[in-house]
Amino acid sequence: MSVDIAIRKTLRSDDRHFELDVAIVSQQRRVVLFGPSGSGKSLTLRAVAGLLTPDTGHVLVDGRVLYDSAARIDLPTRMREVAYVYQDYALFPHLTVAQNIGFGLDRGWLNPRRRRHDERVRRWVDSFELGNVADSYPSRISGGQRQRVALARALVSGPRIVVLDEPFAALDPALRGRMRSELMALQARLDLQLMVITHDPADVEALDGHTFEIRDGRVVGTPDRPPLVG
Amino acid sequence: MGAIWVPLALTLKVALWATAINLVLGVAVAFGLSRWRSPAREVVDSILTLPLVLPPTVLGYYLLVLLGRRGVFGAWLDRLGIELVFTWQGAVIASTLVAFPLVQKAARAAFEAVDPQLESAARVLGLREAAVFFRVSLPLAARGITAGALLAFARALGEFGATLMIAGNLPGRTQTLSVAIYAAVQSGDDTTAGIMVAVTSVTCVIALLLAGWLAPDHLRRSRP
Repeated sequence: MSVDIAIRKTLRSDDRHFELDVAIVSQQRRVVLFGPSGSGKSLTLRAVAGLLTPDTGHVLVDGRVLYDSAARIDLPTRMREVAYVYQDYALFPHLTVAQNIGFGLDRGWLNPRRRRHDERVRRWVDSFELGNVADSYPSRISGGQRQRVALARALVSGPRIVVLDEPFAALDPALRGRMRSELMALQARLDLQLMVITHDPADVEALDGHTFEIRDGRVVGTPDRPPLVG
Repeated sequence: MGAIWVPLALTLKVALWATAINLVLGVAVAFGLSRWRSPAREVVDSILTLPLVLPPTVLGYYLLVLLGRRGVFGAWLDRLGIELVFTWQGAVIASTLVAFPLVQKAARAAFEAVDPQLESAARVLGLREAAVFFRVSLPLAARGITAGALLAFARALGEFGATLMIAGNLPGRTQTLSVAIYAAVQSGDDTTAGIMVAVTSVTCVIALLLAGWLAPDHLRRSRP
């Protein structure tokens, strides 16, 4: 049970130049990347999911090679078994809650049917208390429900690692605390391998994982308690 | 009444075929262009927009040069036994060409408006590129594409210049409504011309009203 990431990537756009050079090795089930926005946290997550190809380096999850520039291995995104929970959830606006959750179960050319729910979808709908909104569209449900849908969609096909991009940033402060404890309970119950990025010291404290502080594209430390500056 | 129904039926047949061909061709080209990162992209886009600004007679002339019996493709098609000049299929090609930019432009704008993050999310959930297209990109662009297709249908209904050049004015075979109106006016048959003008106008208005009604309902609902 581990993540082993070492990647380098140089990004250039017009007059800007960004150097990403991070190395993250952890045996823990909860890995937290902490740092200000623009520090390269999201780029790192994108490289794990295969949405960004590093210049050099490697990405291993539980010993499985997802990317290795030396061995010329670069698994396509769809084969990585990485679940990605976006900051604003990226729920499909043209599909209902149940269709969103079941999206990855059938990988053919047709979306899940609107009225017939897969057994696995029903289980997640029930365990996340989404029964009332299963046939609603994402624009019609609350922020907390949206996050549960995004989590259920990510978990339904049994991924090896769940990466979460600022999972609580889009929630109002009152809801944030509740969703943090929901995520922690879920992680403990399913023994999920999590990798969370956040700029919020309160998240770092609540998640209580192996924390890497990232600044300007580099890991600058692994504080037990992060400095109280965002 | 046959003087109206025959050209009306032919016009609808030609316009429907032209719209169907453009739905496949225009959507495919639009999707390709929206994903193509190259400086040549805008040049290709400009060339594909030409049918919108060139006089239809010029387009018709190009079609004759290409598809006529002595034309570049025409000679080759002739050997296969395919005749396009002075046939309703020729009228379909003329209408398709003239209406193509309307579908292509609308579809490209619609594809470019699709949030790339939703397409990435589909890839992360295990989908291949073709499945991402049919399950995410296409349904989210459907509204814009439908609007473009109905504009193209209305444009194809009224096609005159290029159709006359390549398909001619053969009553019952290639004489579409707009060509028949011209013929009726030329021969002083103002009554028939007037009825056909009214029928064409009403059909175009219905097509444009349908554009609003056909827009996928669930997409409208998803707007907050």
